[in-house]
Amino acid sequence: MEARVKASALPEPGARLGLLAAVRGDRGGQVLLALLGACALAVPALNLLVPESSPLHLSSYTVALLGKYLTYALLAVALDLVWGHLGILSLGHGAFFALGGYAMGMYLMRQIGERGVYGHPVLPDFMVFLNWQELPWFWHGFDQFWFAALMVVLVPGLLAFVFGWLAFRSRVTGVYLSIITQALTYALMLAFFRNEMGFGGNNGLTDFKDILGFDLQSDATRVGLFVASAAALAFGYLACSYIVASRLGRVALAIRDAEDRTRFIGYRVERVKLFLFTFSAVLAGIAGALYVPQVGIINPGEFSPINSIEIVIWVAIGGRATLYGAVIGAVLVNYGKTWFTGALPEAWLFALGGLFVLVTLFLPRGIAGLWRRRGASG
Amino acid sequence: MTTQRWRGRSDGRRSPSSRVATGRLLAVLAALWLPLFCAHATPGSDGLEAALTQLTERSFATKAAAAEAIAESGDERALGLLRALLDGDLHFRASDGRIVFAERSGGGYRVRDALTGEALGEAGRREVRRIAINNQMRTQLRGLIAGLTLAHPDPQVRLAAVHEVMADPDDETLKRLRERLAGEPNGRVREALELALALADLEREDPAVRLAAIEGLAGSLEPAVRNHLVALLDEDPDPQVMAAAADALEGIAVRRQLNALAETLFFGLSLGSVLVLAAIGLAITFGVLGVINMAHGELIMLGAYTTYLVQQAMPGAIGWSLLVAVPAAFLVSGAFGVAIERLVIRFLYGRPLETLLATFGISLILQQLVRTVISAQNVVVENPAWMQGSLVINPGLSLTYNRIAILAFALVVFLGLVLILKRTALGLQVRAVSQNRAMARAMGVRSARVDALTFGLGAGVAGVAGVALSQLTNVGPNMGQAYIIDSFMVVVFGGVGNLWGTLVGGLTLGVANKLMEPWAGAVLAKVLVLVFIILFIQKRPRGLFPQRGRAAEA
Repeated sequence: MEARVKASALPEPGARLGLLAAVRGDRGGQVLLALLGACALAVPALNLLVPESSPLHLSSYTVALLGKYLTYALLAVALDLVWGHLGILSLGHGAFFALGGYAMGMYLMRQIGERGVYGHPVLPDFMVFLNWQELPWFWHGFDQFWFAALMVVLVPGLLAFVFGWLAFRSRVTGVYLSIITQALTYALMLAFFRNEMGFGGNNGLTDFKDILGFDLQSDATRVGLFVASAAALAFGYLACSYIVASRLGRVALAIRDAEDRTRFIGYRVERVKLFLFTFSAVLAGIAGALYVPQVGIINPGEFSPINSIEIVIWVAIGGRATLYGAVIGAVLVNYGKTWFTGALPEAWLFALGGLFVLVTLFLPRGIAGLWRRRGASG
Repeated sequence: MTTQRWRGRSDGRRSPSSRVATGRLLAVLAALWLPLFCAHATPGSDGLEAALTQLTERSFATKAAAAEAIAESGDERALGLLRALLDGDLHFRASDGRIVFAERSGGGYRVRDALTGEALGEAGRREVRRIAINNQMRTQLRGLIAGLTLAHPDPQVRLAAVHEVMADPDDETLKRLRERLAGEPNGRVREALELALALADLEREDPAVRLAAIEGLAGSLEPAVRNHLVALLDEDPDPQVMAAAADALEGIAVRRQLNALAETLFFGLSLGSVLVLAAIGLAITFGVLGVINMAHGELIMLGAYTTYLVQQAMPGAIGWSLLVAVPAAFLVSGAFGVAIERLVIRFLYGRPLETLLATFGISLILQQLVRTVISAQNVVVENPAWMQGSLVINPGLSLTYNRIAILAFALVVFLGLVLILKRTALGLQVRAVSQNRAMARAMGVRSARVDALTFGLGAGVAGVAGVALSQLTNVGPNMGQAYIIDSFMVVVFGGVGNLWGTLVGGLTLGVANKLMEPWAGAVLAKVLVLVFIILFIQKRPRGLFPQRGRAAEA
């Protein structure tokens, strides 16, 4: 309830908005975009131009790590769009992320070509290992980047569209919706664990060599992927802000706060939900596609319900319904995870679990809420 | 009492054995004296020892007589000795002249005294010599073993013996079977004996006898029967017999299918009962309080670990440990539940999504707690003896006791909960609060206390479910996560706030899962069930048995 955005904070809905103008009233968003731009310049410079001996040098590992955080941040923004602004708590956003990742992974697998362990010109290693004779039909086309890129958008989008169409039409809401989204990602996880599915089963897809002809291990490629992630996050943030600030965004807020009333006034609630849900899934898919080449592996574990719940935590900790809060949460929690699992692996689950409890009890508006309150009083 | 039986048996067994020895009469006579003599005193240690010594002789005739003597000794160890001799495990140790059981280990043998079973340590390959037997002796030994087991005081051993010889009995054995049938007191063993004899009749010259035998065999589920009938179908000269065999086979096929179906249903109900147990606590907290308790699976895990700790505390009495573990697990998980409710959840009522997050955090903490305090590895929870084994309904269908016990347990827990909710003052208050909190408070119900107790009850039932699950699956820090989604599915499918819905939902999902497994495989069946539920929720968003009235709108 407290997380409602004050209507006065939004620009006039009637005015036609350019994409950049979407963040006009959004101080947090402006800061975020500025930071993002600075990172997109500084990180490549610190990695490529500063010599390795210098303390300012950023290792390639750090670049990939930061790139990973940015893809997580994009995923969190996608979730905040539907949870913070539309009231749909999706516990299955990890599924869209993973599907986008698998689409990219399939492209990267096909790029390996004859350099696999078995050296088969067409079939990826795991298929040779399973004694398959030819490529399954759904692997065709993934040797082309444009096709894979299309699938990154299409597959999560289509799944979200079909799922949302079924769910919203029959007015499955609230907790029920959360639970069936969780069931969705759980079912996908079980399915992808099967070798017969043709996605590498337990081991998933890995051992990637290059993307668009660039070696994935080289510093330049990593920096390129980092910049692409930053750009995707900036674009995703702007697009979400644009939607939130538009008339559609106002209706979405109305749906979040009083779905039946909005419906009775005459809005087509299902269409609004379906559009935002599908759009959010597409963003999640793009995040997944950028995640895979930087991490170097995609496996069915990405579908596990725990992962999806963690996304929710990022958003909750950062602050719902602010968009930039989602970014803060994703980066902070994942930085914490990296630090804890290195320094105190035992304590990580205690810390994460404790965070969940404390944030829901004492910080319902998240970190962004803290900042805002201070801004309001000052 | 035992001496009485032993003596009676040796009398009954003498006649078949006297047929075996013809050429080796003298030796046999000599050997026979010993058991006769010893049967009156303690059943024959001295006789056994003498016979064992004879086994070391070179002559196969002497060895055969010794084997006969062992069989005749009436000693409990005779069967084991003969089997060891047949399997080539019986060895002679030259250093001290003992007969030993030798088991290969590394380059040498691990040896045990054949008579006392006392472990004698390791022995090199050359220190022991195997007691060799020839083919003739093998046949003789098989006959002796069959004779011993067919006359064994334990009907289970007799039954197993009949089954062993059923597939391909020789004349010798048939004769023995017939004699056994005349004096057999146990109904099941009689049935098996008749079956074995009827199977033998299938080989007879006279078509009428074969027809009669087929009639007797119709409907039997023994694999041997089916094999014999299939053989008849191919090569019997008499068309009438062939037709009868075909008919009988068809009958058998139908019965086998029915049995397979019954077995699938049983497995389904068993899985369903597990689901019901796991979900029913959730049905209470979710249905009554509207709280999504993501830590429910961890409360189940705590119950399972309580079982483990109880067993560690009373290692001598595994059979009783479960009886102690059930209330203990209820209290432990219940206490955790009340603590969770008081410390966290009560601040979050009316905000279901926030509760979901907070309880998920609690679930992570509980998992790590168990990892840190006990171990990250799975722990071993023992099954008590009375839960092992299975209830054999017929040769094609047997139900394991642990699954039967858990099915019964689930029903008891379910009925107990229904009684608590419908018949006790607490139950009345719980229902009042769940229907209309404000009105219930106005009537003097202390709703905060009711909330805590309800949550504690749901958590306690989760703990009890953990005791049951510890008997079926691995107990480890992650076990709770395996059940949480299934539990939610059951509750959502059955209808929130309705225990009957949980029961019907759980059993239905269990049976559906197992029915699909044969053609879809275990994982795909589960995926299909999930997809089915996702689609089902579209049609009936409030589950199988929706709550009606105002409460449903909340």
